[in-house]
Amino acid sequence: MSKKGVLLTGAHFMNGDIACAEGAIVAGCRFFAGYPITPATEIAEHLSERMPEIGRIYIQMEDEIASIAAVIGASYAGLKAMTATSGPGFSLMQENIGLAIMTETPCVIVDIMRGGPSTGQPTMPGQQDVMQARWGSHGDYEIIALAPSSVQEMFDLTIDAFNLAETYRVPTLLLADEIVAHMWEKIVIPTAEKIRIVNRKKPNVSPEEYLPFMPDDLVPPMACFGEGYRFHATGLTHDEHGYPKTSSSEVQERLVKRLCEKIRRNEDKIMRVEEVMLDDADVVVVAYGIVARAALSAVRKAREMGIKAGLLRLITLWPFPQNHVAKIAGSAKRIIVPEMNCGQLVREVERAAKETSVVFLSKLGEEPHTPMEILEAIRRNS
Amino acid sequence: MVNIMRIEIRFAGFGGQGIIKSGIITAAAACLYSQKNAVQTQSYGPESRGGACKSEVVISEEEIDFPKVVEPDVLVVMSQHAYNEYVERVKQGGTIIMDPNMIPHEKELQNVNVFHVPATKIAEEMQRKIVANIVMLGAFVAITGILDKDAVKESIKANIPKGTEELNLHAFEKGFEYAKNLLKS
Repeated sequence: MSKKGVLLTGAHFMNGDIACAEGAIVAGCRFFAGYPITPATEIAEHLSERMPEIGRIYIQMEDEIASIAAVIGASYAGLKAMTATSGPGFSLMQENIGLAIMTETPCVIVDIMRGGPSTGQPTMPGQQDVMQARWGSHGDYEIIALAPSSVQEMFDLTIDAFNLAETYRVPTLLLADEIVAHMWEKIVIPTAEKIRIVNRKKPNVSPEEYLPFMPDDLVPPMACFGEGYRFHATGLTHDEHGYPKTSSSEVQERLVKRLCEKIRRNEDKIMRVEEVMLDDADVVVVAYGIVARAALSAVRKAREMGIKAGLLRLITLWPFPQNHVAKIAGSAKRIIVPEMNCGQLVREVERAAKETSVVFLSKLGEEPHTPMEILEAIRRNS
Repeated sequence: MVNIMRIEIRFAGFGGQGIIKSGIITAAAACLYSQKNAVQTQSYGPESRGGACKSEVVISEEEIDFPKVVEPDVLVVMSQHAYNEYVERVKQGGTIIMDPNMIPHEKELQNVNVFHVPATKIAEEMQRKIVANIVMLGAFVAITGILDKDAVKESIKANIPKGTEELNLHAFEKGFEYAKNLLKS
């Protein structure tokens, strides 16, 4: 029986990790498997109390490889499932993230980015896993990654991540940084009717007629193990029956291209950005996560000084919102990209910006860029 | 004007003193019990006890864009290490509230208001050294006047382990009264 209930409608003061955990509960997450790691530990800690009290499953696994494996299994059994980790654990998960992509398993993976490489700086922030999120597992694929900038977004985007995972049958990443995860802020949890929940498409044919990997509008309807639909799932290249076809070029081409196309052709529906004062902007800052908060402050200060500055805040990192960047590149003189890494998403911005010059601001360690640092870059480039 | 109402507070000490908790209680008091905007961020080392630790709170009447403290209006400091690290970064005209028994080596400072609150000693006299942070919080509320006393008491009750309400509220009052007397003298 529920003690506290599923949906804690109202105003709360909580940190980003707890907001993420509550978002997962609201989204319908029925299974969490994980291995605690700073700065994602509070997600596991909170769910270890909350999941049992509302009759759902929490398992602490022996490591991160087992955690993502358990999540894939749970999703195949029909439960919405999630794990949460940070850099070192995210590295361990990469092979099974590929399995989730190949088997088209809806699931959510939270990566709270700390300072890397390796064990790096466990309690410090970073934005160093952005390219690993995109390319960390081998082979060709598309993946979805969302980057929250506030505690409210840790809640909201976790729900979105589940919805996207269920819609496209793809592992979806919540790619947050340590500051947003550990920050305490007010959030408002809405009433049930204001929250959109998406569930995976089920087959509308009999078990005898069901082809588990026959796409319906690029995404195959998903029966779950135990529902009477017999099927086979494998990491090997497979045909519409789910059987391995390791020698057929045609099947490889059809399957892998569809895995990419189901995301690429729906980019417009997936991608989200926040545009601030872009209409007449000469200098545009492109930022995400905690750094976008410093950028917003800098852009507001620049406007007070009469500089036409704007902010393009990326909420979706993957697929990369290249059309949005191309659009601002057409009207702005300069683009500034501050990141807490040595230059990752800036390369995608440069690619989309074409002729427009892009200035990169790197920052590593404890503190993000200050608003004054970004403001100074805006002034120099205006 | 943006940020005209922005107040930045830094709590600093070492891990285990309740520094992060002080920031959370303060920010929650502003946010849930005073209808202001507030955000708390933190920084600590991998060692959970003994390492350097800071907890930062930004309070504003307006939406808070950048959540980190840049130049604090108030520094509440409970260790020598943190004092050395942060004391010179306080805003001109700002306030420093320090535990003198934890900070034997004090610097000559200009253009800041310094208050000595022996919070650890007061807590030890209550036989509960663990509430030194709450004694300090009481002093902080009395000295700065940024937050309503009752709002902070509500926030303390909501953010401490059940069963310790009386102890913590008593510690808060002790710190509040000590600072009130400081202000009178």
